[in-house]
Amino acid sequence: MAGRVRQIILPALAAALVAGLVLVPLGAVVIRAGGFSALRGTDLSALWFTLWQAALSAALSCLLAVPVARALNRRRFAGRSVLISLMGAPFILPTIVAVMGLIAVFGRRGAVNAGFAALGLPNVTIYGAHGVILAHVFFNLPLATRMILHGWQAIPAERFRLAASLGFGPGTVQRHLEKPMLRAVLPGAFLAIFLVCLTSFAVALTLGGGPRATTVELAIYQAFRFDFDLGRAASLALVQVGICLAALALAARLTAPPAFGAGLDRAPMRFGGGRALALQDLLAIAGAALFLLGPISAIVLRGLPALPDLAPGIWAACGTSLGLAATSTLLTLALALPLALAAPRHPWAEGAAMLPMVASSLVLGTGLFLMARPFVNPTSLALPVTLLANAALSLPFVVRLLIPEVRVLQADYDRLAASLNLRGLARLRLLTLPRLARPLGFGAGLAAAFSMGDLGVITLFSDGETKTLPLALFQLMGAYRMDQAAAAACLLTTLTFALFWACDRIGHHADPR
Amino acid sequence: MRKTLMLAGLLAATSAVADEKPVLTVYAPDYFTSEWGPGPAIEKGFEAICACDLKFVAGDVLPRILLEGERTEADAVIGLNTDVTARARATGLFAPHNEDTSILTLPIAWTDDTFLPFNWGETAFVYDKTKLANPPQSFQDLLDAPDSLKIAIQDPRSSISGLALLLWVKGVYGDKASEAWAKLAPKVLTVTPGWSESYGLFTDGEVDMVLSYTTSPAYHLIAENDDTKVAAIFPEGHYFMTEVAAQLRTTDQPELTQKFMDFILSDAFQGMIATANWSYPAVIKPGFLPEQFAALPRPAKTIFFDEAQAEALRQPALDEWLAAFGK
Repeated sequence: MAGRVRQIILPALAAALVAGLVLVPLGAVVIRAGGFSALRGTDLSALWFTLWQAALSAALSCLLAVPVARALNRRRFAGRSVLISLMGAPFILPTIVAVMGLIAVFGRRGAVNAGFAALGLPNVTIYGAHGVILAHVFFNLPLATRMILHGWQAIPAERFRLAASLGFGPGTVQRHLEKPMLRAVLPGAFLAIFLVCLTSFAVALTLGGGPRATTVELAIYQAFRFDFDLGRAASLALVQVGICLAALALAARLTAPPAFGAGLDRAPMRFGGGRALALQDLLAIAGAALFLLGPISAIVLRGLPALPDLAPGIWAACGTSLGLAATSTLLTLALALPLALAAPRHPWAEGAAMLPMVASSLVLGTGLFLMARPFVNPTSLALPVTLLANAALSLPFVVRLLIPEVRVLQADYDRLAASLNLRGLARLRLLTLPRLARPLGFGAGLAAAFSMGDLGVITLFSDGETKTLPLALFQLMGAYRMDQAAAAACLLTTLTFALFWACDRIGHHADPR
Repeated sequence: MRKTLMLAGLLAATSAVADEKPVLTVYAPDYFTSEWGPGPAIEKGFEAICACDLKFVAGDVLPRILLEGERTEADAVIGLNTDVTARARATGLFAPHNEDTSILTLPIAWTDDTFLPFNWGETAFVYDKTKLANPPQSFQDLLDAPDSLKIAIQDPRSSISGLALLLWVKGVYGDKASEAWAKLAPKVLTVTPGWSESYGLFTDGEVDMVLSYTTSPAYHLIAENDDTKVAAIFPEGHYFMTEVAAQLRTTDQPELTQKFMDFILSDAFQGMIATANWSYPAVIKPGFLPEQFAALPRPAKTIFFDEAQAEALRQPALDEWLAAFGK
């Protein structure tokens, strides 16, 4: 009993911290506003647009990710691991940069339309609801692919060997191995992407083509900045939290735990398959690579020429961003690990970890400001608040990545560990960390990248001195310096990716498998 | 880096105690304090004469003041737009600026004794004359242009220039604004959250025209030696935009703050606005505008709604705009 209580202290603390960080500021805003105010008709249409575009974006991302992940799992080729890492890049790009890249490829003057024109085909436009969805798939296909790929890699190689020795064809393998795995991974992936798209703001605006593409997050922004109606902002923020909880409950019902049992960590066997399957895999990989890497190459190429012209201030901003990213990554992992380990037994741990996903950063910032204000000058808290907010915002992704593997770990090794009396730090060092190294590395990469791309949404705490790279990029754009902004975007993309790649590689190397 | 950051934070915290100079706290928008904005030059200029430490706090100026109320630490604010002065005034937190507004050289009469303009410009659609052969000659021309002419505008709910466009259309078309929007909407390639994203679309050649300012070509002329970017001047008039400063009633150093207000209309301040902010100074004297800047074409007519009119028009104009795009 005492052991069980001890086990629960850390995750309970982490959950309380996260839930407090999301819900208490919301409460502070409500108190300040003197209660919730009624929503307007335009808010309801924003809610409707938000819901359907998020659902469609998530469904498409998951659907397209399955063949890509399967192909990446069963094929071995030179540069495979680099490609897997590179294909993760869109997810970690700051929105504004990614949109620049998408427009360079799919815009009116983009490569795709140039190609279409050469072939005598009519122009396509990305501006409109479909543009928003295209952008969301661009962002989230990498996440879905990685989550599903991790699922595939988590099926012990012995099961595939057994299947081969039993003479299973691809169809039978699908039914007995792949379907149960997808059943376990897909709801979580869908949920994560659905929630990301729910709070999308800048994408929806720039590619949305007009006010029809208004999301709840924009409605909050409008209530706050245009109308200064804190009550309405709070109501909308509460609606977002409600949707998050409902989606979580639904995903939990749909998730079926996998039951592959423990493997012996043998090397995965080579997959033969027929020529038709090979072609299918080739198409999946090449198509995804082209779709994901095209816009990124466009950003890098557009920015390269102006790199030498960048003002020295940019390099200082790079340092600030890197420092912030490293610290907030550590903080994220410290919160994520106890929550993920507790999640299979305690649903509240998962719920708490998912909450920040739908926290409107504007409401969060305002609430924290209102709370801090009576005691200290908020600008003196700029750094800790930025760190905490960054860590909280990447927490859901890291926990989401960890949970499926934690389930497998606990199902496979709990009894063995108990019989060996492997507990506490020894268990963490010998069993938990090595077995979770891959998702931990990937998650750390995501957390670092998110922090790099953070635009300093908590502007109320801004001290006007701590300048990050994305903020510098934005200021350059605001001062007509579009070429330098492109160079900063190129720099930001490269640095963010390098950081992500380093974390991801460390995770791979630390995995004993 | 992290250590340096913390060190910098510590130093910043102790510096106020270490030297005895009074600190003047001024809230300003984000763009203001960047090394590419007017903030650094203003700070240098004022600190040279005030024996004080001018500290800009960058961020959402009015929301922050509204949240802080009486207990705000700001002594003054700079960079508010006329769209929010009504709400700012209603807080009762601001004191008169005590400046002589008769020396202002704005295209409109300015008699406000609380909010002091320090720069101005007019909204305009900017195009590249090497790419757009037959630019619209008037607002009506723009409405009647084929829908293949693509423009980028800003969302009035998140951008001040986007809101200015609403009022511009209202000023030109009045009761017929809905019809005007219905004709304009098909030409709008996209609506961006802020000015920067729109302007980026324009410089990348994605749109033919962008909602910007009559002064935008000055940047390209002076900083880039590029004379291809031109503002289309419409005989119907252009909407006037100004940024204002004000001092807080609650300041505990009223003399220093008043000195800052005086500085705003001084030659040192006004003389650097043109190239630091790419807009017209509120007081234009000989030599304040570089040659190319002074040679920019000026609209014959200026449209402006004072804050009471603008406040009354805001919501109905927004509803019309939403309706035009809702189809």
